[in-house]
Amino acid sequence: MIRHLWTATRMLILMVVLVLVYQAVTTGLAQSLMPYQANGSLVRLHGRVVGAAPIGQTFNTAKFFWSRPSAASYNAAASAASNYGPTNPALLKEVKTNLAAFLKANPGVKPSQVPMDMVTSSDSGLDPDITVASAMIQVPRVAAANHLSVSAVRALVQSQEVGRWLGMYGLPHVNVLRLNVALVKLASRNG
Amino acid sequence: MTIPGILGILVFTAAAVAIAKPVGLYLYAVFNGGRTWLDPVMRPLEKRIYRWTGVNPAQEMRWTQYFLALLAFNVVGFVFLYIFLRIQAGLPFNPQHLKDLGPHLSFNTAVSFMTNTNWQAYGGEFTMSYVSQTMLVVQQVLSPITGLAMVVAFIRGFTRKSGNSLGNFWVDLVRAVLWIMLPVSVISTLVLVALGTPQNWMPYVTAHPLQGGTQSIAQGPVASMTAPMQFGDNGGGYFNMNAGQPYEAASAASLMFQSLLGVSLPVGLTYYFGKAVKDTRQGWVILGAMVAMFLGGTFVTYHAEAAGNPLIHRLGLKGPNMEGKEVRFGPALSSLFETLTTAVSWGSTAAANDSLMPIGGMVPLFNMMSGEVIIGAWGVGLLGMLSFAILAVFLAGLMVGRTPEYLGKKIQSFEVKMAVLAMIVPTFVILGFTAWAVSSKGGQAGIYNPGPHGLSEVLYAYSSGVGNNGSAFGGLGAALPFYTWTVGLAMLFGRFAMYIPALAIAGSVINKKTVPPSAGTFPTNTWLFGVLLIGTVVIVGALVFFPALALGPLAEHFALWAGHVFGGGS
Repeated sequence: MIRHLWTATRMLILMVVLVLVYQAVTTGLAQSLMPYQANGSLVRLHGRVVGAAPIGQTFNTAKFFWSRPSAASYNAAASAASNYGPTNPALLKEVKTNLAAFLKANPGVKPSQVPMDMVTSSDSGLDPDITVASAMIQVPRVAAANHLSVSAVRALVQSQEVGRWLGMYGLPHVNVLRLNVALVKLASRNG
Repeated sequence: MTIPGILGILVFTAAAVAIAKPVGLYLYAVFNGGRTWLDPVMRPLEKRIYRWTGVNPAQEMRWTQYFLALLAFNVVGFVFLYIFLRIQAGLPFNPQHLKDLGPHLSFNTAVSFMTNTNWQAYGGEFTMSYVSQTMLVVQQVLSPITGLAMVVAFIRGFTRKSGNSLGNFWVDLVRAVLWIMLPVSVISTLVLVALGTPQNWMPYVTAHPLQGGTQSIAQGPVASMTAPMQFGDNGGGYFNMNAGQPYEAASAASLMFQSLLGVSLPVGLTYYFGKAVKDTRQGWVILGAMVAMFLGGTFVTYHAEAAGNPLIHRLGLKGPNMEGKEVRFGPALSSLFETLTTAVSWGSTAAANDSLMPIGGMVPLFNMMSGEVIIGAWGVGLLGMLSFAILAVFLAGLMVGRTPEYLGKKIQSFEVKMAVLAMIVPTFVILGFTAWAVSSKGGQAGIYNPGPHGLSEVLYAYSSGVGNNGSAFGGLGAALPFYTWTVGLAMLFGRFAMYIPALAIAGSVINKKTVPPSAGTFPTNTWLFGVLLIGTVVIVGALVFFPALALGPLAEHFALWAGHVFGGGS
């Protein structure tokens, strides 16, 4: 057994070295071939980093498309889910609160029209996306708040739509940060 | 359920079956002395490694020696990782100034990564420095290989015509690292980066969101950890929310790539097995049984999630259960991934299992309780399935009154005892620890959701520990000392209760003469055997948990559809 332990120690040290080489090689290749993705796919507006494309952020005012409710408050250094089970009263309370806030901000919308993703928390608490239906239902509010025409904003949403991958995987969605950056640009052109 | 959703699941399954043969042939070349295109680079490196470590590659090991070498390697790996976690604050590459881990958490984490469980009682981005993440990667590279080496040795026990040795553990380890784990990880890392996963060593980025304020965005060598994590069916994500965190799986394409990566080696092993025993139908039957159970489970989960939560529908809302799910995955892909996470035993999650519907959460739980043989992680899944196969031929033998044989070797009392032992120990550990947890203050303190769901959380935790899975009903207070220690012990029991009996079986049958099949032999390369195998897994392996499931997810399911909530309110 002592002999095995000695061999194991030498083997492990060697393996650690191999993993360090692996880390260095992959980092080097990624940084030189794909620096944008390797450094976090950061999104800039007027030269300032406003976020990362894959990472959601809080949007809950009238003039922006809202992102999903988040159990992590969009803290991108501490991802978290609500972990509420389906029979937990806290889940129902959360959904009721989210629904009331959404209905209040979007007058004329009925509960049955509100897509499920707008009233539930995501897994990561950093979901960057909302379904296309969730974006479309916010169009009248966003258009009014930015003094834009409904048709222009609807076209903006359509231009940002990402379909199912291979027509099968995931839900048709829009990236909320990208959509709102495009919205800011559109509003500043018109204003 | 939608047409694209159903189609997506079927297409994935077809792809997984399609890669079984090419992967299996490559594995055969690596472990049985064939030629591969990596030889010109790896052969010289391999020789040098043996020289540096003093290993004699020609030396063969009996099963006890093989096990001791494996154990020694695990022990050293555990100690090494434990020390690093305890001292990370004093080491470089810690731009966020993260603190040392305490003894409870270090023990739990070191055991977890050493046993290929990757149960995480911590959140990566706010606990682990870049050096610690790298040390976790070391175990993510090595721990799946100990499982793989095990099944390779086990199969040698059935196929070698003479001698009583099972190969050399160090040789199997080194070849698996050089020919399989590292090359695939390098390529996969680059694919993941292309699909949006970061790979850097910078401090966390401070962004200025459009609505004002600041947002600190976690960074690091995420892709180079995610690749071996997913390929090796480890499951320990870089981030707290694992594949749900959008950097780790930035799109449905990325998640599907990771899924295929995770399933590739285990399905390839079934073909390798058939090739090694010189009857590929033996492997296809095993894979067929696995895939049938996997597809059944996936559609049960998908159906439950797509149906949604009736309590939420009462508020006037419509649609599937989206609590704890990401929009880019949606219900179908989330259901597929959460079923795979315990079927293939990779344990990483892309949706919050705690927030799945009761039946949706029961399927992953069931997969673990069945011994994680429904495809299963590197080696251990096939190993478990072969133990079930031994039981199945034994049961068939009882029915027709013949001496059971498997792959030309007589199955006698010793082999059956060992196969049963590998099944009984996990059962006792899961039910025993669960009973202790729900009846003690220390255990109750960690339960997050009220009612039967709380029991499901605890059952899931120990099933995950024993099965060396690593996924969780995330609400459970896994960082409490009660759970760090008991789940830590469950992981050890689960790992070694499977290793020792399996190697003992291999060590026993290698001494037996191969008997030619006769009229009385029950053929194990037919679909009839596949059905018998599924029956054995369900009845012998999982039925023992039925009472526990009835009190947990089933009770919650019926209460839910009767409009009942737990813990006050309505």
